[in-house]
Amino acid sequence: MDFNDTPEEAKFRKEASDWLKQNFEKFESEKLSSEKSAKSSAEPSKTAQDESKALELAKKWQTIKYDAGWACLHWPKDYGGRDATPIERVIWAQEESKFSIPGGFFEIGQGMAGPVMMMYATEEQKKEHLPPMAKGEKIWCQLFSEPGAGSDLAGIKTKAELDGDTWTINGQKVWTSGAHYSDWGILVTRSDFDAPKHKGLTYFFLDMKSPGIEIRPIKQINGGANFNEVYFTDVKIPDSQRLGDVGDGWRVALTTLMNERLAVGDASGVDFKEIFELAKENDFYGEPAVKNSAVREKLADWYCEYSGLKNTKMRRISALSKGDTPGPEASITKIVSANKLQDIANFGMDILDQAGINSEGNLKYHGSLLGAPLIRIAGGTDEILRNIIAEQVLGMPQDVRLDKNVPFNEIPTGEKSN
Amino acid sequence: MNFEFSDEQIAMKDEVRKLLDKENSLKRNRTILEGEEKFDKDLWNSLVSMGLTAVTIPEEFGGIGMGYLELCVIAEELGRAIAPVPYSSSVYLATTAILNCASDEIKKEFLPKLASGEIIGTFAHAESSGFPLEKSINCNFASGKISGTKAAVPDADIADFAIVSAKSSSGVGLYLVDLKDPNIEITSLDTFDPSRSHANIDIKDASAKELISDGWLEIEKILDQSAVLFSFEQIGGAEAAMNMAKDYAQGRYAFGRSIASFQAIKHKIADMYISLQLARSNCYFGAWALSNEASELPTAAATARVSATKAFYECSKENIQTHGGMGATWEFDCHLFYRRSRLLASNIGSQGVWKEKLISSIEKSNLQI
Ligand SMILES: Cc1cc2nc3c(=O)[nH]c(=O)nc-3n(C[C@H](O)[C@H](O)[C@H](O)COP(=O)(O)OP(=O)(O)OC[C@H]3O[C@@H](n4cnc5c(N)ncnc54)[C@H](O)[C@@H]3O)c2cc1C
Ligand SMILES: Cc1cc2nc3c(=O)[nH]c(=O)nc-3n(C[C@H](O)[C@H](O)[C@H](O)COP(=O)(O)OP(=O)(O)OC[C@H]3O[C@@H](n4cnc5c(N)ncnc54)[C@H](O)[C@@H]3O)c2cc1C
Repeated sequence: MDFNDTPEEAKFRKEASDWLKQNFEKFESEKLSSEKSAKSSAEPSKTAQDESKALELAKKWQTIKYDAGWACLHWPKDYGGRDATPIERVIWAQEESKFSIPGGFFEIGQGMAGPVMMMYATEEQKKEHLPPMAKGEKIWCQLFSEPGAGSDLAGIKTKAELDGDTWTINGQKVWTSGAHYSDWGILVTRSDFDAPKHKGLTYFFLDMKSPGIEIRPIKQINGGANFNEVYFTDVKIPDSQRLGDVGDGWRVALTTLMNERLAVGDASGVDFKEIFELAKENDFYGEPAVKNSAVREKLADWYCEYSGLKNTKMRRISALSKGDTPGPEASITKIVSANKLQDIANFGMDILDQAGINSEGNLKYHGSLLGAPLIRIAGGTDEILRNIIAEQVLGMPQDVRLDKNVPFNEIPTGEKSN
Repeated sequence: MNFEFSDEQIAMKDEVRKLLDKENSLKRNRTILEGEEKFDKDLWNSLVSMGLTAVTIPEEFGGIGMGYLELCVIAEELGRAIAPVPYSSSVYLATTAILNCASDEIKKEFLPKLASGEIIGTFAHAESSGFPLEKSINCNFASGKISGTKAAVPDADIADFAIVSAKSSSGVGLYLVDLKDPNIEITSLDTFDPSRSHANIDIKDASAKELISDGWLEIEKILDQSAVLFSFEQIGGAEAAMNMAKDYAQGRYAFGRSIASFQAIKHKIADMYISLQLARSNCYFGAWALSNEASELPTAAATARVSATKAFYECSKENIQTHGGMGATWEFDCHLFYRRSRLLASNIGSQGVWKEKLISSIEKSNLQI
């Protein structure tokens, strides 16, 4: 057991870190003073202006990386990547995380749409769409969830009808993160309402500027408005932008969701380090809170979770380094980190006591406490993830379902008694 | 980087598992639990002949000179099999104490016999309820003799010698006493997990060999080292209990379906898995710190210990729950894991102690968080 890089890994790490040091400093120093006040993506942008500043900065940095060959490292060079190995990708991420780089806009494109395009698009489409995605020039969004279909994604009702070579889309998507600044989207629709639920779906990519798309922002509990309702009224998509066969959209969607789970990492926000510092800085009953045994016990529990996640990641990296496929350990990351985030933020507020009510100075805690519930839902809820662990990792049976092998339009919806 | 055990270590783990399966360790646990014997001598002899008592002892002292990583994988298997043997006392604790602190003379006398299984050792530290602190040690050493009492010492009624903590004018140190000495009275106890024997010892002017006279830091270090090994034992047990719950649930039908298809059961077992994975990853870090004598050991050991204790408790109690009425019976093995889980949680200090050690070690270190 050791934490040392192999000689090749060490060489790669140095190359990455040297490049980052040189170029990120330059990037920072060239920022306009107005840009310097732009918020990091971890906090919700309160105004559209804040958001467009943050986006502009993120795009700028992404382009610098892309031009030097440091974008989407594991992608083929032909599509704007670097042909890097999985472990090189990890090393890069480790080095990049040492800097507070602007980001938060490219994950859906590069993490989900990219891999799906790689598998299902034509060569020509890949050459056209992947490099701008890697460069951060084009932003992508994920048009999956609907008012009646979230966890149960296959319950979607947005309708796709084919006439000649053109599909016409009608319906509504919801919770679409970043739809308002996206250039392209990946979309799951229902093309057959008489087929069983999972058999009648068809998957596309489309231009978000297409006529008939209407985007309405939804304000979140944390005050941000990063997700949207997206309405489709007779939106046209050429059949050439279909990914996978007609009626086989569920398979394509599953590929996307698998990548989503890999793309979703730790929940960011207050963690052990922050709560430990807070407990040192604040008094409880006349002594620093950190001296209180009830506080210490909680700190110990969170340290164990923090360290358990960190070391789980190390085991994953170790498997990659050996060229093995990592085991299912990573499936626990989001559940543990999002709940830890919520509990730490809540306890931070306890330590701050009544002064914590004031947002000024305490935004870190307010932000994490309001952000954590979103993370526990987005990209697979806690409950769905527990099902995935039980079924896919531990091999336990699926839930008994009432929606299998029934024509889609005969499945109960709760909306009307049919 | 390489954060997994080596192929050789994994092969060794498999061998130990096969042996414990073949010897039917679970059944042996029950036999000891229900019977008069204090440990399973046959099983112990099999482990000895596999060389498992010689692992960390250097060749010059009759051992095989492997490292602590090998001990970690063995510990995990002994935990999975809830083996009724004095391995933790003799190997994690007594052997380590001698390796760390004893003179060459003592090493020459004791290590070869420990390696060959000819003698068994234990470690006697706690004196009353509550975790011993430096100032609370009452056992006294003067002019080559020890007097005092030690409470609930694991395997004291099995072992040939004990490493005893005692105070003297130079501080709290470690001393070796012969447990067959007539000046030592040994009283076996009825315990929560009778598959592992415990006894009180009352020492009245027994002669003792000094390992170290001012040795509080050494005592802490031995506890940290053994905490990593106890943690591996705990995750082995936790995994066995989780699998038992899962297997039972798959086969048990109620309401026209396997109870494994009810979310209340699925999510319960998913939570066991989460707790176990966190503990396992922390144990691996503990193993790294232990085998590299890293300065992170106190934090790493406490982290492994706290999360492994939690995981074994959760898995063993919810395993009973998953078994319904069957889990409540003496006949089913669920309670064997539940008992062992509680015993291991008490040996070398309970949760509160290790949580406190964890946070104070972080306060003392400049750990990168
Ligand atoms: C911040 C945020 C960003 C998002 N971004 C996007 C995006 O970009 N694109 C997109 O398509 N979607 C996005 N989503 C939607 C997200 O994927 C869904 O909200 C999520 O899958 C849950 O679906 P739902 O909201 O319909 O809740 P429901 O599925 O109705 O769930 C409600 C509750 O029921 C539970 N539940 C549901 N089914 C089961 C079951 N089988 N067993 C046990 N419990 C169950 C859930 O766990 C939950 O607690 C986003 C969501 C959030 C919060
Ligand atoms: C101390 C004791 C005394 C008892 N005394 C009596 C008595 O005097 N007379 C008598 O008739 N019985 C008695 N019982 C039996 C008791 O009522 C049953 O053990 C209990 O109802 C559980 O049934 P089971 O053992 O078959 O477990 P199972 O029903 O097989 O349950 C196994 C596990 O599956 C879970 N499970 C089962 N169904 C579901 C579901 N639909 N959804 C989610 N989880 C589920 C259970 O919660 C449990 O965790 C006694 C039991 C005990 C432990």
